[in-house]
Amino acid sequence: MEHYHMNLTLKVWKQKNKNERGRFETYQVKNISSEMSFLEMFDVLNEQLIAEGKEPIAFDHDCREGICGMCSMYINGRAHGPWHHTTTCQLHMREYKDGDTIVVEPWRANAFPVIKDLVVDRQSFDRIIQAGGYISVNTGNAVDANALPIEKHAADESFASAACIGCGACVAACPNASAMLFVSAKVSHLALLPQGDPERKIRVVNMIEQMDKEGFGSCTNIGACEAECPKGISIENIARLNREYLGAVLDGGSQNAI
Amino acid sequence: MSWKNYFSTSVGKKLQMSLTGLFLILFLIVHCYINAQIFYNDGGERFKEAAHFMGTNAVIRTIELGLFGFLILHIVQGLMLWSKNRSKRTVKYAVSAGNATSKWYSRSMALLGTLILLFLIVHLKAFWGPNRYSQTFGAGELDLFTMMRDEFQNIVYVVIYVLGCLSLAWHLVHGFFSAFQTLGLGMNKYKGMIKTVGIAFSIIVPFIFALMPIAFYLGWIS
Amino acid sequence: MALNSKIPAGALEEKWEKYKSTCKLVNPANKRQLEVIVIGTGLAGASAAASLGELGYKVKTFCFQDSPRRAHSIAAQGGINAAKNYQNDGDSTYRLFYDTVKGGDYRAREANVYRLASVSANIIDQCVAQGVPFAREYGGLLSNRSFGGTQVQRTFYAAGQTGQQLLIGAYQALERQVALGNVTQYSRHEMLDIVMIDGKARGVIVRNLVTGELERHFGHAVLLCSGGYGNVFYLSTNAMGSNVTAAWKAHKKGAFFGNPCFTQIHPTCIPVSGDHQSKLTLMSESLRNDGRIWVPKKQGDNRKPNDIPEEERDYYLERRYPAFGNLVPRDVASRAAKERCDAGYGVGASKQAVYLDYASAIQRYGKIEVNKQGLGNADAATITKLGKEVVKEKYGNLFEMYEKITGENPYEVPMRIYPAVHYTMGGLWVDYELQTTVPGLYALGEANFSDHGANRLGASALMQGLADGYFVIPYTLGNNLADDIRTKAIPTDHPAFAAAEKEVSDRINKLMSIKGTESVESFHKRLGKIMWDKCGMARNEKGLKEAIEEIRALRKEFWSNVRIPGEVNEYNPELDKANRVADFIELGELMCMDALNRNESCGGHFREEYQTEDGEAERVDDKYMYVAAWEYKGESQFEMHKEDLIYDVVHPTQRSYK
Repeated sequence: MEHYHMNLTLKVWKQKNKNERGRFETYQVKNISSEMSFLEMFDVLNEQLIAEGKEPIAFDHDCREGICGMCSMYINGRAHGPWHHTTTCQLHMREYKDGDTIVVEPWRANAFPVIKDLVVDRQSFDRIIQAGGYISVNTGNAVDANALPIEKHAADESFASAACIGCGACVAACPNASAMLFVSAKVSHLALLPQGDPERKIRVVNMIEQMDKEGFGSCTNIGACEAECPKGISIENIARLNREYLGAVLDGGSQNAI
Repeated sequence: MSWKNYFSTSVGKKLQMSLTGLFLILFLIVHCYINAQIFYNDGGERFKEAAHFMGTNAVIRTIELGLFGFLILHIVQGLMLWSKNRSKRTVKYAVSAGNATSKWYSRSMALLGTLILLFLIVHLKAFWGPNRYSQTFGAGELDLFTMMRDEFQNIVYVVIYVLGCLSLAWHLVHGFFSAFQTLGLGMNKYKGMIKTVGIAFSIIVPFIFALMPIAFYLGWIS
Repeated sequence: MALNSKIPAGALEEKWEKYKSTCKLVNPANKRQLEVIVIGTGLAGASAAASLGELGYKVKTFCFQDSPRRAHSIAAQGGINAAKNYQNDGDSTYRLFYDTVKGGDYRAREANVYRLASVSANIIDQCVAQGVPFAREYGGLLSNRSFGGTQVQRTFYAAGQTGQQLLIGAYQALERQVALGNVTQYSRHEMLDIVMIDGKARGVIVRNLVTGELERHFGHAVLLCSGGYGNVFYLSTNAMGSNVTAAWKAHKKGAFFGNPCFTQIHPTCIPVSGDHQSKLTLMSESLRNDGRIWVPKKQGDNRKPNDIPEEERDYYLERRYPAFGNLVPRDVASRAAKERCDAGYGVGASKQAVYLDYASAIQRYGKIEVNKQGLGNADAATITKLGKEVVKEKYGNLFEMYEKITGENPYEVPMRIYPAVHYTMGGLWVDYELQTTVPGLYALGEANFSDHGANRLGASALMQGLADGYFVIPYTLGNNLADDIRTKAIPTDHPAFAAAEKEVSDRINKLMSIKGTESVESFHKRLGKIMWDKCGMARNEKGLKEAIEEIRALRKEFWSNVRIPGEVNEYNPELDKANRVADFIELGELMCMDALNRNESCGGHFREEYQTEDGEAERVDDKYMYVAAWEYKGESQFEMHKEDLIYDVVHPTQRSYK
């Protein structure tokens, strides 16, 4: 792979805090290596801004290896940028060429208010999990791990759903700002396991109610979430969630309590 | 939780869309089957027979009431969902993903639906309205076949009908699969099957419908 | 002050059982009155907070990330060890205990390690009950793999994302307690000091990172679950936010720091690509199962790897360690790579890398497939194609990650790898109850020094974090809090809270008022370079002494020339970073002092003066079989206390992998 350097124009969303209005600011960065990650390019820009006595751009990031789910940039119209199955931190600059202009925005959804610049508040996801995204088992209650065999296929599917990193790209990408892919991944993860069975009906109902309360839109099966999910969570999970919900509706016996 | 609550969550509302949508799909099949009788080119004999049955049978007339109920629910709920969903992102993106991550028609269901609604108004005003009026207040059933033949001599009508069918086709391409997805059936081995059947349905049914005004206009049917 | 490790009397295997059945308990009504603060929400923190919430304590958790689920435990790939013996291959609690003590190069406490091994099986049970989707066999039972040179298969895993799945399990248990009202969760909050009242830790001062406000929180006890300090090296596999601040504040309030120089360098990481590098990415150790590691035989060979003929390649691990070959433990593999690169045989643009080559594995697997499929005289292309398919199935996700980062296709050209800082065995000194030398202050998980000695075995970090949180602290905390049931919650307008808050606020104001010319990042990079060059994979007396001086000078410069943009009362990541880097600088000095003190080579600590003729580590058991627990005595002043390690059951031997 040949390495090269490039100069870029960046249009980045700047917003002081959640109450103030934001706007785009234009920056020039020079001599960016094709080997940098996208966030390292931002590091370079921020160092440059600090040296110039200007305020750096706030952005969320932590593990920088694509698993913590903290990074969250909407790059040229794409959640986490143009690479398939990739978080922003794993996007690398060889995607771009000299002279490119890149527009970077925060996740936009009313349920994810902007904290500053590109940083958004995703605590609504925590509250959805609190509504039922767990199995009620106190420490010490467990039986032997092999006491209950689980069909390999179900375990694998459950794992595929549990691979969600809670980054919110699904919400960011969805024209309706719906959180259905996130919620359905959790509902599926737990519903596919026998351990999750006792609470499956009440879980799906409570999580959906919380999702609505948080101000996410509803799913209209557009599929942009699946296309942008860095972990390849399938919208089959949404079908499963719908089925779980229908099951809860038809059962009619579930009570609304934790 | 009461039934009302179940159907008032976002998923519950989608269930309403799905169930009413599926009912409308069933209606399309029946409607298409009956109207396709004209292609026998028998001067509308078979068509008239079927239309008479549909227009006078008590059971069908009762179902018709339900059909209108569901249609209105589908429209109202759909538009409400659309406007609600739009309100969830107050600050819009400066750059949008466009077609890179989703299909235009899946993002345009409200628009396509509205086009269909406009077409439907024209359509009902042309046939269903006068017929039912005449049945109730006038000289009984009208000759729908003749009405069609006369109506579709006008190129404007033909174009409106073809465009209406086109909107319907795109609406169905997304709507058919979406309805099953919402019922939780868009999974595993069913997924591909539903998608294929859905696309076939979305092409065949609107095509047959669109063929009717064209056939009259071009004089294939007399 | 004499160190009391509070190891219960009795036979090794009875200590914990006996402790559990005799420790003091707190009745449920009293638990509701007792408040516990948990700093950090990784495996240790989330599991502790959830378990304590379930017991009825009033718990508050704090994390600097935007959600507890982001903690860096999430990045662990390989797996978690447990002495389940599901494979019937001779595993037992004792064997896991023994492997851990030996792997730690005999610098860990026997009693702690035995407890860890004995609760390991419960962890797996608990996680499965929570819905952690571990890998399974077709019969529906759990699958195991071998790991890190052990002879049994005891590692449970969830593809390459075991840490993520375990953390999500603990996070969900935590969120359930939040929903039930037993735990209050504060994210984007960073702990900046411990509040001491009457000689006990009674609360914390935290900064709300969104608004910049300082907050006071009372707790009958404070649990530090804040992870390791690998980021002192600037470049490490840790997350960008991972920091030592919580532990360092505790240290300055009287908690001793144990074995700070014990750092684990992981041999298979993606090498540095340039000055812009912000972090290093680990590639699972499992890659060494099939890959062969080599460098050119000629110094400074600039040919492309595929142009270098077989006879001009030096498979140095196979050459030096014929018995273990490419599968030597982490510390040995890392040092050998450094040795070759230092000697001028490194590859790639930076020359700080070695090749990890899958070409022969592809051929080997290809031939096996040909036989399996009965293809007889398959041509070379078919063999290669089939071989690549097998390799893809086993390591596809890792290869994909490598390609994303480097832009090179590892199926075609050998991967370039280099060791990177990965884990810190050192940490706050704790007794058997996980309590630090400050009463009421506990340290769990990677934040404490306890169970891994001088080197951690693969798949043991997850085990320790969860053991501490789920199964140890619920007992030991109760044993201590039983004496505190009459202590009413102390209002946060107590003078000690005010004083601690003022101290924190003064420091922040001081940082902001410097208004120098150099960025925090730049200081951090400079610190990292000193640490990596002089207190990294190989250390020597001269280098360490220089490092201490350089770090002191760097600290002065930092406090007079750092530039922090923005304001105090707003979201200001540069200020957060400055707070952390200031503490890293102080820790760096202590690490060098500890490394200088330890005149031996053991585990992750390699002193060049102490090696055998053929370059292997040389432990000095008669002089250094102790934990060095450092007490903070003022700027640049630390006093060392020794906790002698007594081996009643295992007998230390020199490790050999020849």
